[in-house]
Amino acid sequence: MHPIVILGSGLAGYTLARELRKLDTAVPLVMVSRDDASFYSKPMLSNALAAGRSAAQLAGSSAAQMSAQLSTRILAHTEVREIDIAARTVQAGNESITYAKLVLALGADPISLPLEGDAAGEVIRVNDLADYARFRTAIEGRKRIALLGAGLIGCEFANDLAAAGYAVEVIDPAPRPLGRLLPEAAGNRLRAALEDLGIGFHLGRTARALTRAGAGLRLELSDGSVIETDAVLSAIGLKPRTGLAVHAGIRVNRGIVTDRRLATSAADVYALGDCAEVDGQLLPFVMPIMHAARALAQTLAGTPTQVSYPAMPVVVKTPALPAVVCPPPAVAGGWRVESDDAGIDARYEDDRGRLRGFALLGAATARKNALAQRLPPVLQ
Amino acid sequence: MKIWQCIVCGFVYDEAKGLPEDGIAAGTRWDDIPADWACPDCGVAKADFEMAEVVAA
Repeated sequence: MHPIVILGSGLAGYTLARELRKLDTAVPLVMVSRDDASFYSKPMLSNALAAGRSAAQLAGSSAAQMSAQLSTRILAHTEVREIDIAARTVQAGNESITYAKLVLALGADPISLPLEGDAAGEVIRVNDLADYARFRTAIEGRKRIALLGAGLIGCEFANDLAAAGYAVEVIDPAPRPLGRLLPEAAGNRLRAALEDLGIGFHLGRTARALTRAGAGLRLELSDGSVIETDAVLSAIGLKPRTGLAVHAGIRVNRGIVTDRRLATSAADVYALGDCAEVDGQLLPFVMPIMHAARALAQTLAGTPTQVSYPAMPVVVKTPALPAVVCPPPAVAGGWRVESDDAGIDARYEDDRGRLRGFALLGAATARKNALAQRLPPVLQ
Repeated sequence: MKIWQCIVCGFVYDEAKGLPEDGIAAGTRWDDIPADWACPDCGVAKADFEMAEVVAA
């Protein structure tokens, strides 16, 4: 009997394996991972520094432990070179594996901004646990960090670095932090809370060049201003890993295209997590992965199941001013914002007065579940 | 009273504070939270992932 093969050992791959084992303890399962395949919490990478957590402390279970727990063969440190959808094989390292079903849980790569200058290669990105270990080494004993990106992960890193004692300068082309997720008043409030920690904002600008300056670095921005810094961290977004799928002739748009059963255009090949564009949506967050993994486990165990997404609030871990966002779909409407000293409660209502999204800051975050229950599902 | 953290998403559960907005009273111990409880941030079931203890008071 050929195995179900899962490419990737991130949250998507491991959650799928776990959900599948609840339904079927016998089906042979193989997981292939580029890294050491330890299980860890990716959302914690952007808020582990101030808590003093090392990469080793963040690693939960090793590949050997996961392999025993899930009755799964795990090929760690193994690069998948090719998928052959006609022969139903994957070339993993030097081994050719024939699959009964194949699941692409490949994740996403950080987007890199093209920078000029002799130190452009020094920009740090933190997308997995090994990156986090390198990041910790790179900033050890340093004081100043320039951070590219004031989105969700950028804001979390800024808060974490500042709380750990670093002098942080944040650069983003948007006029406010979390510019795409928060209405203006909420973005301004978050900015003020982060500024209170000593974080500097350089908004409406992009980084242009990074050069060496003595023992430090010199970051030049699009308006000609200069930030002297010790390290540059980039957190400007993710791009689904689609190369293997493209090469195999599997349909790709922004991500690997799947229907609501997580099925790709190739027979018996599925995709989930940050690499997948499920029914037209890219949702690189934890909650959608959980829902998709449960549905796909059912399908793989013999009960074809479509994924449903309820409204899924996204938590922004900025202890200076905690935030929860549930971005509205592109429908006509407007924000209704209530603000007091303890926080902001912003609700997006459509033209018929129905709640379609929200952004909560500070004490108002306690209302996230009550509000989420009033929102229509993302995929019914 | 202990503080626990979800090993998937980092959600923190403080027994002393409980989760009043989710119907879990302040002072509820992790052991006393129902088995069908799911992490409010990531949806992981209590049965799937034990929360890791981060601070012992």
